Amino acid sequence: MAITTVPETPRKPGRPPSPYSARPQRTSLGRKVRDNLSGHAFLIGAVLCFVVFSWYPMVRGIIMSFQRTRRGETTWVGWDNYSRIIADPSFWTAWQNTFYFTVLALALGYVVPFFVAILLNEFRHAKGYLRILVYLPVMLPPASALFLFKFYAYDPSEAGLFNAILKALHLPTSQWMQSPEMTMPAMVLASTWMNMGGAVLIYLASLQNIPGELYEAAELDGAGIWRRIVHVTIPQTRLILALLAMLQIVATMQLFIEPLILANGAGAEDSATSVAYLIYQHGFFQNDLNGAAALGVIMLVVLAGFSAVYVRLTAKQD
Amino acid sequence: MSVPQYRKAAAVALVAGLGLSLTACSTKSDDKGSTAGGKVTITVDCQPVGAQKELLKNWNDDVAEFQKQNPDITIKSVSVGEQCNNPPDFTARLAGGTVTDVFYGYMTDLQQVLDSGQAMDISQQVNKDAIATWDSVDPALKEVFTDGGKLYAVPVKNYSMGLVYNKALFQQAGLDVNNPPKTWAEVRAAAKKISALGNGIAGYSEYSAGNTGGWHFTSLLYSQGGKVLTEDGKKADFNNAQGKQVLQNLKDMRYGDNSMGARQLLQWGDLLTNAGAGKVGMFIGAPDATQAIVSQFQGKFQDWAMAPLPGQDGAAKGTLGGGEGYFFKKDLTPEQVKAGLKWIAYQKLTPGKGQFDYARAKPQNYPVGLPQPLLFANGSDAQKQELELRKANANVDTANFALFEATPVPIKGEPRNAQAVYAVLDAAMSGVLTNPNSNIDALLKTAEEKVNQLLAAES
Repeated sequence: MAITTVPETPRKPGRPPSPYSARPQRTSLGRKVRDNLSGHAFLIGAVLCFVVFSWYPMVRGIIMSFQRTRRGETTWVGWDNYSRIIADPSFWTAWQNTFYFTVLALALGYVVPFFVAILLNEFRHAKGYLRILVYLPVMLPPASALFLFKFYAYDPSEAGLFNAILKALHLPTSQWMQSPEMTMPAMVLASTWMNMGGAVLIYLASLQNIPGELYEAAELDGAGIWRRIVHVTIPQTRLILALLAMLQIVATMQLFIEPLILANGAGAEDSATSVAYLIYQHGFFQNDLNGAAALGVIMLVVLAGFSAVYVRLTAKQD
Repeated sequence: MSVPQYRKAAAVALVAGLGLSLTACSTKSDDKGSTAGGKVTITVDCQPVGAQKELLKNWNDDVAEFQKQNPDITIKSVSVGEQCNNPPDFTARLAGGTVTDVFYGYMTDLQQVLDSGQAMDISQQVNKDAIATWDSVDPALKEVFTDGGKLYAVPVKNYSMGLVYNKALFQQAGLDVNNPPKTWAEVRAAAKKISALGNGIAGYSEYSAGNTGGWHFTSLLYSQGGKVLTEDGKKADFNNAQGKQVLQNLKDMRYGDNSMGARQLLQWGDLLTNAGAGKVGMFIGAPDATQAIVSQFQGKFQDWAMAPLPGQDGAAKGTLGGGEGYFFKKDLTPEQVKAGLKWIAYQKLTPGKGQFDYARAKPQNYPVGLPQPLLFANGSDAQKQELELRKANANVDTANFALFEATPVPIKGEPRNAQAVYAVLDAAMSGVLTNPNSNIDALLKTAEEKVNQLLAAES
């Protein structure tokens, strides 16, 4: 084995050797940058994109939430926009609706994909086709999918798909989006259909990582399918379940396109007004960009709480 | 070149590319050299979109002719969509400072435009020398674009609402097309007969979403003699007998007679789509609603007629009016303002030219003979000229609008902070149109509280 001798760094004459010279030499920042120049250069692209399209707008939004622009003059107004937006009569309605949607979406949109994944995992044949079938709605642009629901499924007359089915089953028909009581469940149903494909695939990947021996052992112990799910599947996938729950909460609380398309905005008696839709109303219809920014910051703080939980869970997984 | 060198070169190219992209993004398109060399360039929006073939050709022909007459002026047309002022787009352009030099806006946009700081005071520049017909323009329309004694836009179109009705459905239902309903009770009776035709036809149709419900509530309230806000604009003023009557009329038609169709939560395009498909007997709207039905929603002109807005016991006590105009972007040079005014004078305010070139529009699928706009003051020379040309080139049966034209209803403007108030009133409208058990008193009380809170917060 050849031994390479590293030449000693020349020292300035007259300077005593450092008592710490045995320690590895600290590389200067400039040298570090030089050594990894290409890496840093590639990084600049991503950092710039984040700065320009994510961080700058966020900081700008926070600044705007403490300002007021009138007659082209921008002034600092402290917490005024916040107190004004909280006094908005639709503020609490919007939060109530948003939380209601989130809870319903967790109950339906979170549980259903898990069981669909378990079902798909059990199939021996045509697995690929069935997965494509489940994932297909995700490929539809959300606006198109929602228009399908609006005009085809949720038509309040008896010509609507769901009402025709209900009628065929001799069940009472519904007004769907025109009924304040049905607005949220109908939006959750459409949203679940549109989005569950992604969650199903993630669950499937997770399910396939569960060692088969665990199920075999459970079967030998006489466990039926339900007990296998409760005692093997759920504990083995609990981390993914927790992560997806957090992601689902953060995503569903940003409810916007569903009310905009299915309910033409606020819906029957404001039953579809979400926080994100209220931001849109203030910003783009009510000449109140500062109020919209304040509401956006409030939403950011709430979502940051959920995101913090997500980050902790991710760290645990790592 | 070794692999690390390739990586470095690629990285440098990437950074340079990104830098150039960002530089390009930050470059403003409206250069200040627009008056260089004695030639003035202005950008103007609201050019018709490609789908509006005839309107687009007319616009482009107007630009070519105008530039021929004014070789020192270049007009750069900008299309901002079929609806020139889609509120979200308009707000984004104002906030981003990307409006054109001369930009389109609604009469209700004045406050928003002033708040954005994007418009300039054009009081000194607008006169008879700049726009030959300026003295004939209805002073009430100029007033709408005036704030603190300063003029900020030139009005180019106006409207007021009436009862738009489908003659074909009237005939099928055995109703007299020459004697349309004059009161809301008559509207209700006619709607019942029309909806009895079946086939999903609504006798009367109404908006209740996307702020359009509140917009129409306002007009219906005006017809009852009511007003949305108190005189000082500080309190809601619709939770009263007139407001209740508006909602009661709608509830009676929707659930008492089932004459308003099953589909509710309608906004502008939804209702007009149904109207174009022959599924709507009556609705309230401006004369140009018939134009939209024909040009955008495949309806037929001969099917539609207009009457004045009905009242509760007799003639309507008022109707909602509005319109549009062109603002001038701040910091334009005096030459650019002069050029912009010249263009507006040519394309929008000269009888026989631009929007009033009725001879050109006559063979096109574009209505001539509608009773509005009425930009010029009654009795003015410009009005006489414009009306003569309109009559001579009419391609729609003007008899269909004769009643509307012959029975003017007092026009009232939109309330302060109109869009926010409309958003609140949407809920009251959707309440009576989607809930058979809706409590009108409670709906109005809630809406009143919300509007009062809004106004208090604003002040």
